[in-house]
Amino acid sequence: MRARPGAAVLAVLALLSLASLTPAAFAAEPRPSLTQLEEEVMCPVCGTLLQLAEAPQAQRQKAFISRLIDEGRSKEQIKDALVAEYGEEVLALPEGSGFNLSAYLVPIVAFLLAAVALAVGVVRWRRAGDQDRPSGGNRPGGPTGADSERLDADLARYDL
Amino acid sequence: MLAVVGLLVFGLVSKGSSGIALGDPAPEPVLPRLEGGGTGSLADYRGRWVLVNFWASWCIPCREEAPALERFQRQHGGPKFTVLGIDSRDLTGDGRAFVEEYGLTYPQLRDGDGAAARDYGTTGVPENFLVDPAGKVRLLVRGPITEEQLRETVAPLLPGGSS
Repeated sequence: MRARPGAAVLAVLALLSLASLTPAAFAAEPRPSLTQLEEEVMCPVCGTLLQLAEAPQAQRQKAFISRLIDEGRSKEQIKDALVAEYGEEVLALPEGSGFNLSAYLVPIVAFLLAAVALAVGVVRWRRAGDQDRPSGGNRPGGPTGADSERLDADLARYDL
Repeated sequence: MLAVVGLLVFGLVSKGSSGIALGDPAPEPVLPRLEGGGTGSLADYRGRWVLVNFWASWCIPCREEAPALERFQRQHGGPKFTVLGIDSRDLTGDGRAFVEEYGLTYPQLRDGDGAAARDYGTTGVPENFLVDPAGKVRLLVRGPITEEQLRETVAPLLPGGSS
């Protein structure tokens, strides 16, 4: 039986691609740590971040998280499990959907409204400044009406 | 500006509930059962006296109180009275282990996010509310209820009125 060179090349390429993919797949889902999760979830009884809580309930919650980490659960899976136990309020940062989305949208909308209000204010202020200037086109520091009349008279004397 | 005022008002209103007083209708939220699946509510026991007991497995006074409640349930539990446990802000597994450890036979509901505890205006666990057959709160004990309180304060209110 003769080996086909094309098939061998394909097999080698397939092995190489697998070898290059596997570490990447592991890198995409790093193992979460208790410290990391403590910064992202709340102690429902204490009303503080879990990392700041030492209450008995917080100790049980930390033990629960550690157990799920040991079972190889991802961060999102652990958060889902915590939400199933304690409800959405256990998350320090609300989910970006439903009513919780307002937690992210309200500051953005408030910033945009403030920017628009500032822009309108600046435009009005500049217009008001233009209206307050004396009529006749005199600018501060420029020639007055008397200066202009004297200039006209001087030029008339030097009729070229 | 309007949005800021609106948020402040919402915050005040949402935190304005200071709980319930004697004679108030007892809240009847539908909650998952701690064991066995499905849901349950205080409303399921309308027509009975119910001692609603908020507890959690991590709460030390709850551990001191549980045996007294179980004894009281064994003495008085039936068609006219029951203790109803509500495991609040607790892990399901821990709550089930607690029930097993103390051999609790009265019904148990789960209040994982503490919403039911907020409805009752509890400030911690344990807290006990005696609800009459019409669904009104007749007795309120903040903190652990003792065997003596059960015998001298709760039992006389129950049909038969004896300890």
